[in-house]
Amino acid sequence: MKKYSVFAVAREAMRHHTGWERAWRDAQPKAKYDVIIIGAGGHGLATAYYLGKNFGITNVAILEKGWLGGGNTGRNTTIIRSNYLQDPSAAIYEKSRSLYETMSQDLNYNVMFSPRGVIMLAQTEHEVRGYKRTAHANALQGVPTEWITPARVKELCPIMNIDGPRYPVLGGLWQARGGTARHDAVAWGYARACSDMGMDVIQQCEVTGIRQTAGKVTGVTTTKGDIACDKLGMVVAGHSGHLADMAGFRLPIESVALQALVSEPIKPAMDIVVMANTVHGYLSQSDKGEMVIGGGTDGYNNYTQRGSFHHIEETVRALIETFPMLSRLKMLRQWGGIVDVTGDRSPILSKTPVEGIFMNAGWGTGGFKAIPGSGWAMAELMAKGHSPLTDAFGLERFIEGRFIDESVAAGVAH
Amino acid sequence: MLNIHCPNCGVTAEETEFHAHGEAHLKRFGPGSTDDQFESYLFMRKNPKGVHFERWRHQNGCGKWFHVARCTMTLEVFGSYSAQTYTPPQEIIEKIQHRRPDWSAEAEAS
Repeated sequence: MKKYSVFAVAREAMRHHTGWERAWRDAQPKAKYDVIIIGAGGHGLATAYYLGKNFGITNVAILEKGWLGGGNTGRNTTIIRSNYLQDPSAAIYEKSRSLYETMSQDLNYNVMFSPRGVIMLAQTEHEVRGYKRTAHANALQGVPTEWITPARVKELCPIMNIDGPRYPVLGGLWQARGGTARHDAVAWGYARACSDMGMDVIQQCEVTGIRQTAGKVTGVTTTKGDIACDKLGMVVAGHSGHLADMAGFRLPIESVALQALVSEPIKPAMDIVVMANTVHGYLSQSDKGEMVIGGGTDGYNNYTQRGSFHHIEETVRALIETFPMLSRLKMLRQWGGIVDVTGDRSPILSKTPVEGIFMNAGWGTGGFKAIPGSGWAMAELMAKGHSPLTDAFGLERFIEGRFIDESVAAGVAH
Repeated sequence: MLNIHCPNCGVTAEETEFHAHGEAHLKRFGPGSTDDQFESYLFMRKNPKGVHFERWRHQNGCGKWFHVARCTMTLEVFGSYSAQTYTPPQEIIEKIQHRRPDWSAEAEAS
């Protein structure tokens, strides 16, 4: 792999950019791998990357039914934060946020991480109490966040109307080290690094069956033939239930559509990320100038990657009350992703009833921020059988009643 | 936008009048059941890619509960029926089979 650098740019400028090579090989499957990861989204690629980087396991294939990063990795609103209430969540999300800080250097690929700061607005008395509690919890967990006043919110985000009649801003939970990153680049950067380590990133290869002998996984059946493996990682977000069904077990997961939309590009108007969970809306401005708006999930199971129009209407209606200047913007694009929501709104990083199959799912509406941390932890789980970061996120928590309850704390929107 | 029929009051309306409440026909397990049964009842879901039976409530209408058969792949609504039943009625199964010849109620029950 040729390293990207200012010298490479200069060298290529001198020879009409003829020397750039493919970022990753267009691989075809071999007969057998040590590890197969299903799903070449951010989480799957990050898992493969840390398997190679941290544990030296490089005989790995990453299978993707569509194109690389074409699922939720390319459909989110790119928000990165780690201000969670529960200790296990704070640990894995903070690990993830800290990995984002050096990701561009680690991968030699510019993921445009922008630690511009994230405010979660408190617009009801309940949220005020909830976020103060989270700020205290974060202080104990070593995650720097602070409770800020409405005046400080207005200072950070002047376009906000903080004394709206229905949704006044009563304060906010501010994480200065949160921010955004370019989501496609995260997938591309990991894919390039994986390919460089000798792993095969195989696109347009849909898994149609999971082969097992005596309760142990032996391989997968795909649209490109049978592939054998010793260990299998299922990292497919919304389609986890579908894969689990192939493997013969059920999951505490339901798949629903989550929508986002972007406006026409405008001049820089806000340089932070604002999340308003009461009204189920969150907003940031992309580098292109588009206002990126995320909404709430639809209320029913859905695999169509599109959501209900009335949810967009609700999100936008509520947001323009807090951001009146949005009301004159035209919306350019709208899309949906299928998110996998668990009962306690926390992810599942776990062994499964089938030996050799590991799963990483249930990130629900907030998976993008977790990509590097999730990959780091999942790689450790697959290589060593357990990881301090994943111990609390096992499937057995649903039998034992040890929930990591983020739906009350912060799990409404991400 | 889904168009849904409420079998309780006879109204057909857009989905904003209703609220979905998840998988239908869950068998309830309480005291005396095993851990696995209780977990399965509380948390494990079929979450199918295709035909899905679910509970809905006519929230901004008559307020009553009923069941809907719907496809999660196409958002097609096959029909709605009373909540006072443990299995989908024959009429709904026929409607689904008319639209999805490959689908079988027996496979669904397993």
